[in-house]
Amino acid sequence: MKIAVCIKRVPDSETRVKIAPDGKSLDEAGVKFVVNPYDEFAVEEALRRKEKAGAGEVVVLCLGPAAAQESIRTALAMGADRGVLLQTDKIPVDGFETAKLLAAELKTGTWDLILFGKMAIDDYSHQVGALVAEQLGLPCVTAVSHLDIDGTAGVAEREVEGGIEVVEFPLPAVITADKGLNEPRYPALKGIMAAKKKPLEVKPVQPGAGTMEVVALMPPPERKEGRIVGEGVGAVPELVRLLREEAKVL
Amino acid sequence: MTSALAVLEQRDGTLRKISHEVVTAAQRLGGTVEALVCASGPVQGADQLGKFGADKIVTLTNPVFGRYAPEGYAQAIAERAKSGGYDIVVIAASATGKDLAPRIAAKLAVGVAADVTDIAADAGAIVVTRPVYAGKALLRVKVKGRPAVLSLRPNVFTPVERPKAGASETVAVSLPAGRVTVREIKAAPAGTLDVAEAQIIISGGRGLKEPANFKVLEELAQAFGGRAAVGASRAVVDAGWRAHADQVGQTGKTVSPSLYIAVGISGAIQHLAGMRTSKVIVAINKDKDAPIFKVADYGVVGDLFEVVPRLTEEIRKLHG
Repeated sequence: MKIAVCIKRVPDSETRVKIAPDGKSLDEAGVKFVVNPYDEFAVEEALRRKEKAGAGEVVVLCLGPAAAQESIRTALAMGADRGVLLQTDKIPVDGFETAKLLAAELKTGTWDLILFGKMAIDDYSHQVGALVAEQLGLPCVTAVSHLDIDGTAGVAEREVEGGIEVVEFPLPAVITADKGLNEPRYPALKGIMAAKKKPLEVKPVQPGAGTMEVVALMPPPERKEGRIVGEGVGAVPELVRLLREEAKVL
Repeated sequence: MTSALAVLEQRDGTLRKISHEVVTAAQRLGGTVEALVCASGPVQGADQLGKFGADKIVTLTNPVFGRYAPEGYAQAIAERAKSGGYDIVVIAASATGKDLAPRIAAKLAVGVAADVTDIAADAGAIVVTRPVYAGKALLRVKVKGRPAVLSLRPNVFTPVERPKAGASETVAVSLPAGRVTVREIKAAPAGTLDVAEAQIIISGGRGLKEPANFKVLEELAQAFGGRAAVGASRAVVDAGWRAHADQVGQTGKTVSPSLYIAVGISGAIQHLAGMRTSKVIVAINKDKDAPIFKVADYGVVGDLFEVVPRLTEEIRKLHG
């Protein structure tokens, strides 16, 4: 089974966001970067599919700066076979441009599955997987939390409001992973050592301008300072009164 | 004058309530609004859209449109969007909308401005605001593509009644068979409401001590009479106490309910990011120094196993 996994390097979820002096981007000083958590589910799923098939290749593809080699090495340490970095310091704000670059690279190979995380936890755009699928003309199922594959027939489950959608699709296909799909493994020391010797190809790319332009990155509005209503059960009647009369939400 | 295409959702032939938010948001730039819904037949509630500001309501019908058909919906909507000369295409950032928006956008050769919380016109350009880093920051983006494809964060655009003509049109569309098909929808137990769409969320964390204790939160949710959902912190989801569908935070759902009650949740930054846009936040925690009290409008310091049942009792009285 030949599987491509597209990953992104993102600030860790514990990051305190500071705005850079340009007023349009994140101040990266002191920020810890990690593999996007949803992409870890995608990497894990690829490894399990290859292990189950008993043969194949898992290729990790990432668009990002030179430092994103580390993210690729993490995926290689988990067990992926080789990596490709589409290197640029300018990650497009327009997901369509990102998708174009990834799709162009993916076109140079043939794949049974192309996996993504359902979204990146930095820009929250949840679209690149589906955009790539459209550009490659492949069937696509997004936000998958359970996946069964039998030959070239796939059945995926995805969460919708108030239920689970059961979706059938043929391979090759693009799948984006949700939490719950699997439990990603931690890279073992042996894997980390092996990852250092695995092939990682770096290809410089020039993203197009796209149709979106950042005007500003701003802190969210401060919440008005709240108050402690009281302690213990005795505070409950006053809490209910405030919710009714002041906040007017009851 | 701008023209907007509001892409709506139905389930089992009934228009989903979130559609009123989409039609309301579509009017932000003024101009005309065409509401569009894919279905296998007449859609219950579609005739009400004029009241919320739709100039025209178009139902695209196909025998397979009873359920969500990702490829068929995308093709039919994109064709309509191309031929109609719209300035913006808006769609709810619901589970279906998040799947559908990029498929439509790709066919229009643009990206999606996703999870938008504000739409404005600035010297002829469309400028949207969207939360990034799970709401730890807001990104303001000028969208130059025409049409601009925007998905809208649920619970942000409060529906406003603004009667318009609401003329209706039904168009049967023919399509090749899709490769991706929804075989069935396994329904969640009756009465469970999704945290992403609930008006009231009661979330529990490690302070609940064990999974069975979430019963006290479920009872409080029931006291609100079907308007409340039970959410969870990452800690308890990772521990397997609750389903990941219920997780609120940066690696879960980002929510904006009218009322968010955090119970036994200390308030890790990644959790706060997911719920700080709630209109009113209540925290119940025994640790008076817990970070959750910094974002809460109202805090009660105390044992949740005493405070929550009492609150349930008071809410029942109100609704009784």
